Amino acid sequence: MAALLSLPIFTIASYLLYPSNEVWLHLRTTVLNEYLLNSALMMLGVGVGTLIIGVGCAWLTSVCVFPGKKFFSWALLMPLAFPGYIIAYTYTGMFDFAGPVQSWLRELMGWGPRDYYFPEIRSLGGAVTMFTLVLYPYVYLLSRAAFLEQSVCVLEVSRTLGCSVWSGFYRVALPLARPAIVAGVSLALMETLADYGTVSYFGLGVFTTGIFRTWFGLGDAAAAAKLAAILLLFVFTLVIIERWSRRRAQYHHTSNRYSSLPQYRLRGARAWFAVAACVLPLFLGFILPAGQLAVWALQTYQTMVDASFLWLTLHSILLAASAAALAVVLALFLAYGKRVFASKAVTASIRVVATGYAIPGTVVAVGVIIPLAWFDNQVDGYLREHFDFSSGLLLSGSLFALMFAYMVRFLAISVQSVESGLGKIRQSMDDAARSLSYTPAQILLRVHLPLMRATVLTAFLIVFVDVMKELPATLILRPFNFNTLAVRAFELAGDERLADSSTAALMIVAVGLVPVLLLSRSISTARAGS
Amino acid sequence: MTSQLQVDGLDAGYDDLQVLNRVSFSLKPGEIGCMLGPSGCGKTTVLRSIAGFETAWHGRILIDEVEVSTPGFSLPPERRNIGMVFQDFALFPHLKVEENVRFGLHRLERREQQGRVQEMLAIVGMLAYAQAYPHQLSGGQQQRVALARALAPRPSILLLDEPFSNMDVDLREQLAREVRNILKQENNTAVLVTHDQNEAFAMADQICVMNEGSIMQQGSGYDLYHRPANRFVADFIGQGVIIPATVESPTAVKTELGLIRSEDVIDAVPGSLVDVLIRPDDIVHDDDSPESAIVVEKAFRGADFLYFLRMDNGLEVLCFAPSHHDHKINERIGIRLNVDHLVTFSRN
Repeated sequence: MAALLSLPIFTIASYLLYPSNEVWLHLRTTVLNEYLLNSALMMLGVGVGTLIIGVGCAWLTSVCVFPGKKFFSWALLMPLAFPGYIIAYTYTGMFDFAGPVQSWLRELMGWGPRDYYFPEIRSLGGAVTMFTLVLYPYVYLLSRAAFLEQSVCVLEVSRTLGCSVWSGFYRVALPLARPAIVAGVSLALMETLADYGTVSYFGLGVFTTGIFRTWFGLGDAAAAAKLAAILLLFVFTLVIIERWSRRRAQYHHTSNRYSSLPQYRLRGARAWFAVAACVLPLFLGFILPAGQLAVWALQTYQTMVDASFLWLTLHSILLAASAAALAVVLALFLAYGKRVFASKAVTASIRVVATGYAIPGTVVAVGVIIPLAWFDNQVDGYLREHFDFSSGLLLSGSLFALMFAYMVRFLAISVQSVESGLGKIRQSMDDAARSLSYTPAQILLRVHLPLMRATVLTAFLIVFVDVMKELPATLILRPFNFNTLAVRAFELAGDERLADSSTAALMIVAVGLVPVLLLSRSISTARAGS
Repeated sequence: MTSQLQVDGLDAGYDDLQVLNRVSFSLKPGEIGCMLGPSGCGKTTVLRSIAGFETAWHGRILIDEVEVSTPGFSLPPERRNIGMVFQDFALFPHLKVEENVRFGLHRLERREQQGRVQEMLAIVGMLAYAQAYPHQLSGGQQQRVALARALAPRPSILLLDEPFSNMDVDLREQLAREVRNILKQENNTAVLVTHDQNEAFAMADQICVMNEGSIMQQGSGYDLYHRPANRFVADFIGQGVIIPATVESPTAVKTELGLIRSEDVIDAVPGSLVDVLIRPDDIVHDDDSPESAIVVEKAFRGADFLYFLRMDNGLEVLCFAPSHHDHKINERIGIRLNVDHLVTFSRN
């Protein structure tokens, strides 16, 4: 099964070695440099942006005391609910020339259309801002956990050695949290590289949009796959950096005994500065765009919410639910396989599956469709030759292809979740139940089922939400005339019907809040140390 | 004599690695046995073979005179009527204390279940915590629940796998005695696995000292300490030094500390060279004795001192002295030999 799931990745990787064709040479001389430059600039911008906001807020909410600290510590995660493409066109709607902000400014100041400068949202800088606003929670989440895990002793030792609170932060806390911070930034950058909706809406030339153009515009699968392969190189570099720093993070554990961290009480101007520093990302990353979407939705829902919209919603939910169910079943299968047959083969295949999450949806889609189309052609050719019968396209362009792509991309999440849940059921509990005269089947029912229920539900929910939000793979692989909320919102926005797309977008964001709330609950219950 | 547990020539291992080598022992009803040995000696494998979690290669295991494991046949654990207490207690976190104890009683009627649960919780003194969840309990309390859960279905034999190793050191012996009292109260037969001899002494009637997959000696704690069968047991149980000696007569040996007499006949021809085990309690501190030695090192242990002494001929021995006999290092103190049990090993 792992071999099947890694097929798309290997397919794409093999195109690195594929001989160049004419289209590829054309791409290389014209747009490849632009793609590389844009991607690099975007990574740089998003990297710096998420680093500053994420680490700053994490430090404030973990060691400082200021009004609203408890609220901010989980609320700062909320922007994670916004898919990049939705926040992108929400901001465009608000801040472009015809939008309310510029119109209001013109009216207030009496400016003409060319009398003033206003930053263009649909630009590289705009994209960087959008990504930073919705991706900083990755850095925030991991670095906050790292700060909380640090032993209070280390910080106190640094103070006895003459560091002030703030130099203690720079010289001790920050270096100790570095592996976690690097991991968080790597995750944010992976998401940046994977994005298609935002860059496509902004008309930026990067790898994901390039793959689409080459595939659908130039009709050249090989060249598109080659682009995908280069993107994959970027991603794997990030995956390696992320894993490496996570492994190092183990060595950065300073102590097994924790007490609660020292709390620096901020007063006066400092406290207000801390509040502002936390309000700003929350406001810009969630409250403002969500508010705008809600306003639009109120204006348009009467025309937008009709029978076809409800069908669309039902479609999306059914699709996401069945993908999530399948992902959970496969994850249980893999995790129990590992527990019962602790062989190297099973462990290795779980590792392979785990890389899927890092692969951009566009790459997965191309990697899925190439082998499936080959298979369809083979079957079709065989049948025609021997039975004079054409099977046409069996798998590619079917829901099977879409499901397959979802599994490649999202199985990693459910496997991780199920494995961690199963890890909590120690082998000795199984043994204890057997010594109390329960058969293995009864143990599954009486011990594992109740203990695994929450974990399985969480895994299901997270995959469900990710499938709801997924755009590029769905866009490429969906069967003809099959739509989801995400695709619909994206299409309407692309047609400049921003207000009309808001109902679908709002629903996606609302669904996206579910895992955020789950995360925030575990944040508020998790205490530092024991 | 009927035996509650009988293990005959057990060989077992993992893949190609043989872990157990001809292990045999038996326990009478109500007896508490102990597998004692350093880590990796195979003691846990013996326990897991009895439980049925491991399949033996050769040999037989009988519980209550019924064969549960013979070559080519192994009754699954759930049908062996055993109870087991695990190192990590393995309480079910989603069940209350009461439900944990009831877990193994699923074949009984509801009312009987309730009665037995109450009875067991009373025996281990956890009635007040019936409605608590495992994570709300301390380690010692979790252990009592684990014990109650294992004993509730009235197993033919109770297996305890390092049950005290997660406990504070000062609690271990006290808990071991408590558990022993509970087991004796219901006349349970039990096998304990541990690497800690004090636990073994506090709890077991019969101790099997194991090393490298074989039983080195089986006996009471007293026997193991005073009549070790070989050098491994002599070294593993208690403290002491081994000094050279010459056999003088069938009941006496001559050492540099003087002549030592034995009540039993020594298993060596007169005139041959042997080694003699000298325990710290074989050397008595006596200020009036003509023999003396220099204090090299000392350890205060509360009720007594353990002195490391060097004799004039260079021989080093250990000596227990009463707590108020506080001598300085390099001080010369009088000692006297007082060997009740002569232990000799042939030279190889």
